[in-house]
Amino acid sequence: MPEREAGGSLGTPTDEVRDFLRRRREQIAQRWADEPLFRTVFTVSRDEAVEAGKAVVDALAQVADAQRVEDPDAAGFSAVREQLARMGAARARAGLSPSQMAGELAALWPPVENLLVADLDQAPPQGLRECSTTLSVLLGTLRLVAMQTALSEGQALIDRQRLQLLEVATPVIKLWDGIVAVPLIGTLDSARSQVVMETLLNAVVEQHARFAILDITGVPTVDSLVAQHLMKTVAAARLMGAECVVSGIRPAIAQTIVHLGLDLGTVKTRASLADALGHCLHELGTNIVQASDSAGRR
Amino acid sequence: MSEGFSRPVAGHVPVLRLGDVLLVTLQGDLYDSSAQQLQQDLSETIARSGVTGVVIDISGVEIVDSFLGRVLAEIAAQTELLAARTVLAGMRPAVAITLVELGLTLPGLRTALNTEAAMELLARPVVASRSGGRHEESP
Repeated sequence: MPEREAGGSLGTPTDEVRDFLRRRREQIAQRWADEPLFRTVFTVSRDEAVEAGKAVVDALAQVADAQRVEDPDAAGFSAVREQLARMGAARARAGLSPSQMAGELAALWPPVENLLVADLDQAPPQGLRECSTTLSVLLGTLRLVAMQTALSEGQALIDRQRLQLLEVATPVIKLWDGIVAVPLIGTLDSARSQVVMETLLNAVVEQHARFAILDITGVPTVDSLVAQHLMKTVAAARLMGAECVVSGIRPAIAQTIVHLGLDLGTVKTRASLADALGHCLHELGTNIVQASDSAGRR
Repeated sequence: MSEGFSRPVAGHVPVLRLGDVLLVTLQGDLYDSSAQQLQQDLSETIARSGVTGVVIDISGVEIVDSFLGRVLAEIAAQTELLAARTVLAGMRPAVAITLVELGLTLPGLRTALNTEAAMELLARPVVASRSGGRHEESP
């Protein structure tokens, strides 16, 4: 251990920083607890924020001890990675942009620097400068780790939501005995149309459906690719012995289809879901009679 | 004459007669040779017995390649010539998707959800049959 009281003899800057961090752990954590990053995340009690700050300081000291101040993958960070992710996620939920988050992370630096200067005021200016630079690099690495963790957290969220969207977006509705319908909403890409096809065909098997209605009221645009997907689905349903009806083609989309010269000749189309249902019921030989009419005639 | 009860050959597909309808059930993997054998058997049986319909149940088939797809289409076309209607019954979703991706939509082939629906379809008069496409005007 280097002699501090003498003021002259300093160890290597990294060792000095490590010792400083261990010595001033409590004070740094206390000051960080007042910074917006910690204050807004740990709203329950100040002690909680202080504890979190201490954990981060410990991690920094461990990284400095391992002489890896520039390495964001250093083992020391793994202990606080989850905590940083939680803090990052909390700030992101509060509506902060990544640059604002980076600003809040940068705000952790001045209090530490002030403490360092006060702590090493006996040291020669050269040694102080070196320590300050090392500590700055170390905190820079911490910022990098925090931003990395926060961003990967966001990516994981996006992946999870995409998966949920895929599941949610393709419900198969039983309209009648032997008639199922799929209301399509949103843009149809290859992945989604594949899911639509599979769920529709499975529903046809499970519900013994003779008719399947594809309602495209919620599809904003129909291009040649979407039309191809539709025709594939219709052809697959026909191979299985079910008749497929496409409904909900809006006037604008009908115009687009004609302008593009797409041939939907093999596909049975109806203007609305009601028309399609009426067609299927008629084919099934089911008649719907208004109760009041039949009652009145009796 | 001693071959009246011929031994069942491996891969040989039995053709059952139910009244006016021939029922063929395909199971598991079908070799190219037995598919062609079936094609021949069917046309001979139809010509001999004068049935009006053929139901091919493929609910037990996991894989339909382009060759089998073509054979099925040919069977449908040749039974049409012999004044009988062919209905393909019980195709699995995965098989249907594969065929469509291969571009084999088998136009003009009648399809049904299962053998029961296929029998109903054949029981109806010719004009009422649906999704027959271009084969409707044939007698």
